[in-house]
Amino acid sequence: MRLASAQEITQDMFEPLQLRAGEGEAITRPPISYWREVARRFRRNRLAVAGLVILVTLLAFAFIGPLLTPWDPREQSLFDTNKPPSAEHWFGTDNLGRDLFARLCYGIKISLFVGVMAALIDLVVGVIYGGISGYFGGVIDDVMMRIVDILYGIPYIIVAILLLVVIGPGLWSVILAMTITGWVGMARLVRGQVLQLKEQEFVLAARVLGASHLGIILRHLIPNAMGVIIVQMTFTIPAAIFGEAFLSFIGLGVPLPLASLGTMANDGYQYLRIYPYQLIIPAIAIIMTMLGFNFVGDGLRDALDPKLRR
Amino acid sequence: MLAALWVIVTATFFLMHAIPGDPFLGEKVTEAIRQNMLRKYGLDKPLWEQYVIYLGNLLRGDFGTSLKMLHRSVNDMIRDGFPVSALLGLEALAYAVTLGLLLGTVAGFRHNTWLDYLAMFVALIGISVPGFIMGGLMQYVIGLKLRWLPIARWEGFRYTIMPAAALGLGTLAVMARMMRTSVLEVTSQDYIKTAKAKGLSQREIVFRHVLRNAILPIVTILGPLTAGIVTGSFVIELIFGIPGLGKYYVQSIFNRDYTLILGTTIFYAVLLVFLNFLVDVAYGIIDPRIRLMRGRE
Repeated sequence: MRLASAQEITQDMFEPLQLRAGEGEAITRPPISYWREVARRFRRNRLAVAGLVILVTLLAFAFIGPLLTPWDPREQSLFDTNKPPSAEHWFGTDNLGRDLFARLCYGIKISLFVGVMAALIDLVVGVIYGGISGYFGGVIDDVMMRIVDILYGIPYIIVAILLLVVIGPGLWSVILAMTITGWVGMARLVRGQVLQLKEQEFVLAARVLGASHLGIILRHLIPNAMGVIIVQMTFTIPAAIFGEAFLSFIGLGVPLPLASLGTMANDGYQYLRIYPYQLIIPAIAIIMTMLGFNFVGDGLRDALDPKLRR
Repeated sequence: MLAALWVIVTATFFLMHAIPGDPFLGEKVTEAIRQNMLRKYGLDKPLWEQYVIYLGNLLRGDFGTSLKMLHRSVNDMIRDGFPVSALLGLEALAYAVTLGLLLGTVAGFRHNTWLDYLAMFVALIGISVPGFIMGGLMQYVIGLKLRWLPIARWEGFRYTIMPAAALGLGTLAVMARMMRTSVLEVTSQDYIKTAKAKGLSQREIVFRHVLRNAILPIVTILGPLTAGIVTGSFVIELIFGIPGLGKYYVQSIFNRDYTLILGTTIFYAVLLVFLNFLVDVAYGIIDPRIRLMRGRE
């Protein structure tokens, strides 16, 4: 078949293409910056956008929610204990008569605060440590990475529990407990990136132009590793929220009168048999937080990966 | 490995002894009795001496005694609780490994079909729902409403199913996701094409070529995943009323029984570091390339 049809092709079927100078070189699409390209790929990913919507909703709960309800998350009322959801108390009340909607908004705010602060501290410590270790290399790198290896082998939840037993519970002690070994992951990641990047020409150029070591690390190396760092952060935040909820559940989380999603879940668990909504409401909030950050994290990872560029 | 252990023991010891006051300050006893009690537990000696004694005891396998309950030691707790915890953990790990690998493999081979989406949906739930919430919800729905399984306690196999499932769910999810990516990557390799081209049956390709290669990255994360199951057991044992080490540990935290916390923490740390070490060894056995590299060094 193929051969037969090949014979039918004759010379006059071909038409020479008129080539104008420079046309082949012209860029037909407008140039697009790296971050805009990332944003475009992120928007195409339906799950990632859904994750973003979930996160925005949670933020709305945390910051707009308290304005919508007349109740105070700390106000107790012994006449209104364990009320099921109603027009007056949208999500019902708990065993001390506190309005669960107000408490949920407050709990989301505290949980998000813990997660974001933990991620930020991880970021600062990890970037500085990993940056220095990777940039200078040699003996400095060996010593610094040996320390990291030792810390990496220690399970973080054990350290967190121990630390909270010793320094006592509190909002900042919980954050400290989450970050005391948490920065290690970030440090390893940044070091790996810096090791790759520092051999490139633009670093040599910067050095020839007289840039200081610190300047090179902060202005040239870290911005180039930013994509990976951001992705790592979107996974650190839910991990910290998860860890805080876990600690709250064994009585080491944020102390009263503060409340996080973990403390709410713990409170609700006590009355699970009779008032299941008291566990289900904070449970849904925790699950939504995890889903939101995981979707966004996965989406960002895919969007930042140049290999997947279409 | 030994360096990590030493750091843990030393840091734990000095942190615990940095707590202001002493364990008997709160009790209403006369000064003389308090001094006697301090002497009995060796707390009147200088700190470094206590440290040396503690290290010596640890090397002999003695993790210390309770300051709150007479004649109760960490070793008792481990003897009573650890077999139960180990059983629960192994059961959870068994569920997680078999189901996780199965889901991941199916999802990888049936990429972008409804089977893939279903498996990834299950995995997503496993990642997003903390074990203690899953445990609570399971108790309510399966135990209380449907009455399929007992809600709590530890009296036979039926009692282990729900806590082990709640404990293993997170691990299952991570396994399934990793296995799927791994299978997808391996199936696009050239040696799979070669295997197909030389006429191997689908069965042989799947079992001899794809799965053996795809499972390698999973083994590396088994260490952290097992650690997750061990720490997860603290809460799961508490809510399911299982008399395991995790429950005792959390109770000693509630009671602020410092020597019990100290001893159990060290035990857990040793256990986890040791498990990581085992995983490293297992990895060398499974992947011959790594053994060869070590041999050359």
